[in-house]
Amino acid sequence: MTRENDSKDGGVCVAINGLCRSFGDQEVLRDVNLTVHPGEIFVIMGPSGSGKSVLLKHVIGLEAPDAGEVRIDGKPAIAEGVRDHCRMAMVFQGGALFNSLTLAENLGLYLREHQLKPEPDIERIIDEKLALVNLTEARDKLPAELSGGMRKRAAIARALVIEPQLLLYDEPTSELDPLMAATVGREIVNLQRRHSVTSIVVSHDRDLAFGIAHRIALIRDGRILCIGRPAEIRANGNLEVTEFLSANFKHEPKSIEEK
Amino acid sequence: MFDQIFEIGNASLFMACLLSLFIGGVLALQTGPVMSDRGVTSFIGGMVGLAMCKELGPVMMAVLIAGRIGSAIAAEIGSMRAYQEIDALRTMNINPIHYLVLPRLIAICVALPLLVVFSTLIGWMGGALVVVINPAINLSYTGYINSLGDMVALGDILNGLIKSIVFALTIGLVSCHQGMETIGGPRGVGRSVTKAVVNSIALILVFDYFLTRIMINL
Repeated sequence: MTRENDSKDGGVCVAINGLCRSFGDQEVLRDVNLTVHPGEIFVIMGPSGSGKSVLLKHVIGLEAPDAGEVRIDGKPAIAEGVRDHCRMAMVFQGGALFNSLTLAENLGLYLREHQLKPEPDIERIIDEKLALVNLTEARDKLPAELSGGMRKRAAIARALVIEPQLLLYDEPTSELDPLMAATVGREIVNLQRRHSVTSIVVSHDRDLAFGIAHRIALIRDGRILCIGRPAEIRANGNLEVTEFLSANFKHEPKSIEEK
Repeated sequence: MFDQIFEIGNASLFMACLLSLFIGGVLALQTGPVMSDRGVTSFIGGMVGLAMCKELGPVMMAVLIAGRIGSAIAAEIGSMRAYQEIDALRTMNINPIHYLVLPRLIAICVALPLLVVFSTLIGWMGGALVVVINPAINLSYTGYINSLGDMVALGDILNGLIKSIVFALTIGLVSCHQGMETIGGPRGVGRSVTKAVVNSIALILVFDYFLTRIMINL
């Protein structure tokens, strides 16, 4: 049995052009322009309420923009059938696991609903992905029986089942202890290295951002302040950028390249 | 889906029995002595029978299901919306309408007519019980059953079943819609539940009037 879509392997290109979005009187995104290259780890950082998560929802087609567009490999993100050409997954901030299903059922849902694999293969894939995030023993537990960190790891495992070409992470390390946050960071990098997955990560966590990103965008009040490689961002003289980077910095993080 | 049907039926069965038994009993209790005084005692069975199968069975069961199951559906789907589970379904290319709404809609459309049949039978029994034990009603059990059999036709039972299917669709659609439209956290879920129940009951009563108007002329 094969996958339902005719998508190729490897990452996809995401192009965001002139994206604007308001909720009532509040402008959440203002003329956002950026391009994420295939196989790139692109981190979007910014203070709370700056529009990071809304931007992510536009990329995966959960929100429609007021103006501008998001294109995934040249096709509009909100177009019907875009997922037939590109496998996309998102790790939500709270995990968004289905509370009435066990962990194993959560992971198997996508494959079973689309009838992509025979049952023994589905069980094997579930076990593999659970082992990847150290949740093998929680296989038959309900999400309510898990800690916040375990739910987050389960959400990552569920996203991996899709074998995505584009993987979006909304605050992947929130609620995780530093050790697990580092593991998640490593896993994001490993996925990119193994499968050339295009990853867009929204995070407050500057250690994670500077540790894994090929490029970083800083967003504030719905506008992109700057985009660049981690070293370029640190060298940026813009007052707003330096203010954001210097606030509560525990230590100077090293980028993936410097490591 | 079978789980949902079982859950809806099973969860409401005891309350359905209790309500129907007392509604049938009260109908006989209220009308029996009056009809006895006027010498039309033989119509008590038919009156209780028709009222239960055409009106009270479908409406009372629909109100019960709106309160018990409609609220549960709105709360469940509303929570899924509030905690981004529905967004997660969309990202997996799983249509939430197919996955969440349709099974609940079908389940409620199967379970409610079954409950109405059950409720009607129990209501008839409630009426019979009151007729037998109340000395003010001068009618035997056999007389009650004969009257019921003479006056209630299959078409009357179908009349109630058609109503129950319309009410089931109303409860299912209103509850799922309110759940899917939930905004905010627990407070938003609470608002959706209240709206689902109130709107369902209001629509049930409005539709009942128009359905009765239509079916009277058939």
